[in-house]
Amino acid sequence: MVTVAAGRRPFTPRSLARPVVLLLLTALVLYPLLWMLGTSFKAPEEILNNISVLPEKWTPENYPDGWTHFDVAFGRYFLNSFMVAALTVVANCTSCLLAAYAFARLRFRLRGFWFAIMIGTLLLPSHVLIVPQFVMFRSFGWVGGPWPYLPLIVPHLLATDAFFVFLMVQFMRGIPRELDDAAKIDGCSPYSIFRYVVLPLSRPALVSTAIFSFIWTWNDFFRQLVYLSDLSKYTAPVALTLFIDSTGQSAVGPMFAMSVLSLAPVFLFFVAFQRLLVEGINTTGLKG
Amino acid sequence: MAVGTRPTSHRPQSGPAAVQRRGRSARDRGDGRAGYVFLTPWLLGLMAVTAIPMLMSLYLSFTNYDILTPWSDVEWIGLKNYQRMFTADPAYWHAVKVTLVFAFIATPLKLGSALGVALLLNRSFRGSGLFRGLFYLPSLLGGSVALAMVWHSLFDRGGSVNAVLGWFGIEGKAWVNDPSTALGTLILLAVWQFGAPMVIFLAGLKQVPNELYEAAEVDGAGSFRKFLSVTLPMLSPVIFFNLVLETIHGFQGFTSAFVLSGGTGGPVDSTLMYTLYLYIRGFANYEMGYASAMAWVFLITIGLVTAVLFRTGRFWVHYSDGDD
Repeated sequence: MVTVAAGRRPFTPRSLARPVVLLLLTALVLYPLLWMLGTSFKAPEEILNNISVLPEKWTPENYPDGWTHFDVAFGRYFLNSFMVAALTVVANCTSCLLAAYAFARLRFRLRGFWFAIMIGTLLLPSHVLIVPQFVMFRSFGWVGGPWPYLPLIVPHLLATDAFFVFLMVQFMRGIPRELDDAAKIDGCSPYSIFRYVVLPLSRPALVSTAIFSFIWTWNDFFRQLVYLSDLSKYTAPVALTLFIDSTGQSAVGPMFAMSVLSLAPVFLFFVAFQRLLVEGINTTGLKG
Repeated sequence: MAVGTRPTSHRPQSGPAAVQRRGRSARDRGDGRAGYVFLTPWLLGLMAVTAIPMLMSLYLSFTNYDILTPWSDVEWIGLKNYQRMFTADPAYWHAVKVTLVFAFIATPLKLGSALGVALLLNRSFRGSGLFRGLFYLPSLLGGSVALAMVWHSLFDRGGSVNAVLGWFGIEGKAWVNDPSTALGTLILLAVWQFGAPMVIFLAGLKQVPNELYEAAEVDGAGSFRKFLSVTLPMLSPVIFFNLVLETIHGFQGFTSAFVLSGGTGGPVDSTLMYTLYLYIRGFANYEMGYASAMAWVFLITIGLVTAVLFRTGRFWVHYSDGDD
């Protein structure tokens, strides 16, 4: 009943209900995104009281205007965001892979205990740690220092993203143990098994980790807001909020232009890896 | 079990059992140290970025630390922060209320939409994968600042929501600036991002054995009856999983509240989410001690809520026999 292929039966009001509901839902779900895209091309007088997605008069100037709206060009903010996201990806992939290998493939004392703690940290909200971490990183001279991104990146180097450790543990459990055993018989140490067996086979898990790390870091706002105080060091999401507290109605077009650009990388990932992202969510329960 | 057999040659001699035995004994020798070598970054992170800060925050919550005065002047003030929080800070209780309302309204609505749409998409038809992807997109864009800005405009006085209401002769208002409706717009934003739990529901629906539906049909069950007696019980572990995750997630809403209210939690504190208030106390007013106390109460509350969910889950979560 549930998996019967539709379309072979004659059209009845009942069989039409599903596609109609789905199309309505699609319109509802996509409208805010399309409206944002359209509005980023609208002239100021068109933006208020206008529910239409398409602009009457195309105003591509919003993009250069938004780009140069503040003293620091928006490109700078995107570069900062890209740098933070790229370093986070590298840090997460390396450190979480090492921890996952230990949890999934090696036997050592207290493994179960540490694993339980790791699962516990999965549910620990970042808001609980933000104050003491801020105090600590500030005492290291990292906050407001010459390179204020240290507090944003160093925790990832230390495998604190338990989600990814968990994801990779789940993945590695699926790699046949016989491969390890065979390698051992050939004289491999746990280190060479990691290097020559598990690492090459873990590529799919690494790709998922890399993509989700990038998207979440790119979208992250809370930590970047807390740690970045120098205008030229802002990342794109923090810089976007400058539009809220500064200007009046005239900057709405440029604001949406920059908003569209800030979502573009995530959207491109979505288009390129849609299948993988959806499967990543349903196999591990990762939150989007 | 002959655990003590040592391999005398590098070649397996008597089939898979022997290989396995040899593998295990070899593993026992080298793994212990290697395990901790590979675990080192994680252990360091656990200590430096999680455990020590947690203890520090517990200590700070009993002090008047404000980050501006030097450590030597920091005073131990006992339970004063907690006392102030519970008895002398109306904004605190307001933040608690806003967060509870948000979490307990947005979560069921979001899960309900996710389940409803998952049921619609469960039948495979041409383009079902496309719909699945499209509905997932908003939750992937998640807590981004850009989305919150769009939401602000859609629900503003001249926004699209009012235009649509106008077609039906309903006069709109500035939903985002009205204390009685501002939180509602945040709830709708959260519900709109139903894609992630939907995908998990879809995976769960695939696991329901078709025979159960067939058996129910033989017994004369209609679609609603089948939903109640087959789908819901079989799906209950997935519903539970989503419920726990989304509830915890709901407690932490920050970005949209920050952006919609310009960082204030307004209008009239109506969107003052707990985490936003923690941010304001800690990072706008530099009351780090007070913010730490708030963080600990937050942690304990989330722990309690999770525990309660697990307790009640026993009564309605149905695990099929044999597998976990």
